[in-house]
Amino acid sequence: MSADPTAAPTGPGTSAMAGPSAALVGLDPRPGVPKPDAILVVDDVERRFGGLTAVDVDHLEVQRGVITALIGPNGAGKTTLFNLVTGFDRPSSGSWTFDGRSMSNVNAAKTSRAGMVRTFQLTKALSRMTVLDNMRLGARDQPGENMLAALARPLWRRREQEITEKADELLVRFKLDHLRDEFAGSLSGGQRKLLEMARALMSDPVMVMLDEPMAGVNPALTQSLLGHVQALRDEGMTVLFVEHDMHMVRHISDWVVVMAEGRVVAEGPPESVMADPAVIDAYLGAHHDTDLGDDALLADEVIEQLEHEAHAEEEEHHGKQS
Amino acid sequence: MDWQRMLTLAAGELIAPQTAAFALAAIGLNVHFGFTGLLNMGHAGFMLLGAYGFAISTIAGAPFWLAFLVAVVAAILFALILGIPTLKLRGDYLAIVTISAAEIIRLLGRSTLFTDLTGASSGLRGNTYKATFQALSPLPDGTTAIGPFEYGNNLSNGWWVRIAAWALVLLAVLVVYLLVRSPWGRVLRGIREDEDAVRALGKSVYAYKMQALVLGGVLGALGGVVYVLPTSVQPDAMGRAMTFFVWTVLLLGGAATIFGPILGSMIFFVALSVVRTSMRELLPPDIFGPAQIEPLSGILIGVFLMLLVIFRPQGIMGDKKELTFHVR
Repeated sequence: MSADPTAAPTGPGTSAMAGPSAALVGLDPRPGVPKPDAILVVDDVERRFGGLTAVDVDHLEVQRGVITALIGPNGAGKTTLFNLVTGFDRPSSGSWTFDGRSMSNVNAAKTSRAGMVRTFQLTKALSRMTVLDNMRLGARDQPGENMLAALARPLWRRREQEITEKADELLVRFKLDHLRDEFAGSLSGGQRKLLEMARALMSDPVMVMLDEPMAGVNPALTQSLLGHVQALRDEGMTVLFVEHDMHMVRHISDWVVVMAEGRVVAEGPPESVMADPAVIDAYLGAHHDTDLGDDALLADEVIEQLEHEAHAEEEEHHGKQS
Repeated sequence: MDWQRMLTLAAGELIAPQTAAFALAAIGLNVHFGFTGLLNMGHAGFMLLGAYGFAISTIAGAPFWLAFLVAVVAAILFALILGIPTLKLRGDYLAIVTISAAEIIRLLGRSTLFTDLTGASSGLRGNTYKATFQALSPLPDGTTAIGPFEYGNNLSNGWWVRIAAWALVLLAVLVVYLLVRSPWGRVLRGIREDEDAVRALGKSVYAYKMQALVLGGVLGALGGVVYVLPTSVQPDAMGRAMTFFVWTVLLLGGAATIFGPILGSMIFFVALSVVRTSMRELLPPDIFGPAQIEPLSGILIGVFLMLLVIFRPQGIMGDKKELTFHVR
């Protein structure tokens, strides 16, 4: 953990061109582009649910030490891909490596022990346990977690102290220290998100995977959450997150991967990827810049034009399929 | 009517071997349900298996401690057989499998196939397997009266079996107490709350659930041994009804508490005794004969359990807070 727990996270945008993210400058922004120092490499991963192909990723690399955002419309397969690489789901085919080790067919617990720790879209705070116990549970190498050693307190007391100290430090950093002895079930949605993130950090992960860290979070907390995510990168961790909040994506990510219908359709730095026609088309929709409240839209010729466009698009789509 | 006799009888239930047996079984079920969230609906199966393991091996000539070990090993094997296929599935499956597995044990026990071993439906008489246990007694022969309690020292339902049974209960409480307040117990409670979260933190959920199933099962088997020491092994007396009595005891005292199972067991059997004797005294015998009293007290216990779950779901010793945030 950082020496100064109260250290303010770096301001927006200041780090985009500095540190490890500099390695991404000038990289060709196309889907599946090789990264100079990839920590997670996904190859030909496919996951089918009956007739539906939820994920079909040919090649994807995630750069070490930077914040990578994974975006895409609902049903694009982002969470499914997350579940696959973290061992919570099995792919129909394909393989991936983490830190050079093959991780396909490795279960969730072992994946986590290898250093890839995730959070969940629907927070999984352990409600009927205290905030402190939630934190302690995230720690590693506690001999007292062995059933026989658990009976002899001297065997694990020292480690328990270390764990508790570390938990307290993290709770202060995430401003949850006043809730230390409360049941986690009494926390607000945003506090639970913070708790889940703090808990994931108890194990000093190499890579943190955040599934929609901003969903349901009070706007007042958003800023501090953003700061926490950036702080993770500044400490040398790799962050991969799924998010719908475009503001957050533009604000803190160093690299953006866009998925649609199970495939990676675009990659690139946040400033330019948003302008990629494939992204605008597949993700944001062709009229994302139009103000839907504008009365001018109701004019006959505009509506006609839109209808015409929609028609043409449909025909083109049919043409592609046949 | 003789109130004093009734109260003495009820008070006797506080320290009865049967009360200790159910307390022990409920401590085991507490490890399953209270701390790990495993829905074991066949706890009587563990108890019956323990009873058979102890009685059959003693009859075959095993010394006491070997027979004791056989009961423990039988429970471990049973837990492994139940757990290997079901613990990877959702919790409800364990409930279905345990309830049927317990019935299988009971039906095998009472089938005529193994009459030589189990005595089929008439079971095993107590004096065929009690001798090794009685021989361990350090007490002199005779009767001892402590307060209102007067029992033979070494009779099959006397002081020695009470002392041994409650010593075992206290030992079980101590072990469970040490375990659940350790980091091991913390992982179990995490699994109770959300398996996937614990998995995401790098713990082998399956292994922990298996350890909990085995530990609780062994305690259940020891409860079964204590249950049959003063009486006899009767497969039909250790069926589904027994499983639900253990559940009542656990919920009454408070799941996920340390002393809840003991308190629950005491209150349960004292209440049952009071209800039975007072009904026998107060109800006109020409309408409610002894044949009606038994099912009627069962009905009252059932109503009592419903009221308990509705109005005090956390049990007597439970922490209200631990139940309030039950969001799944």
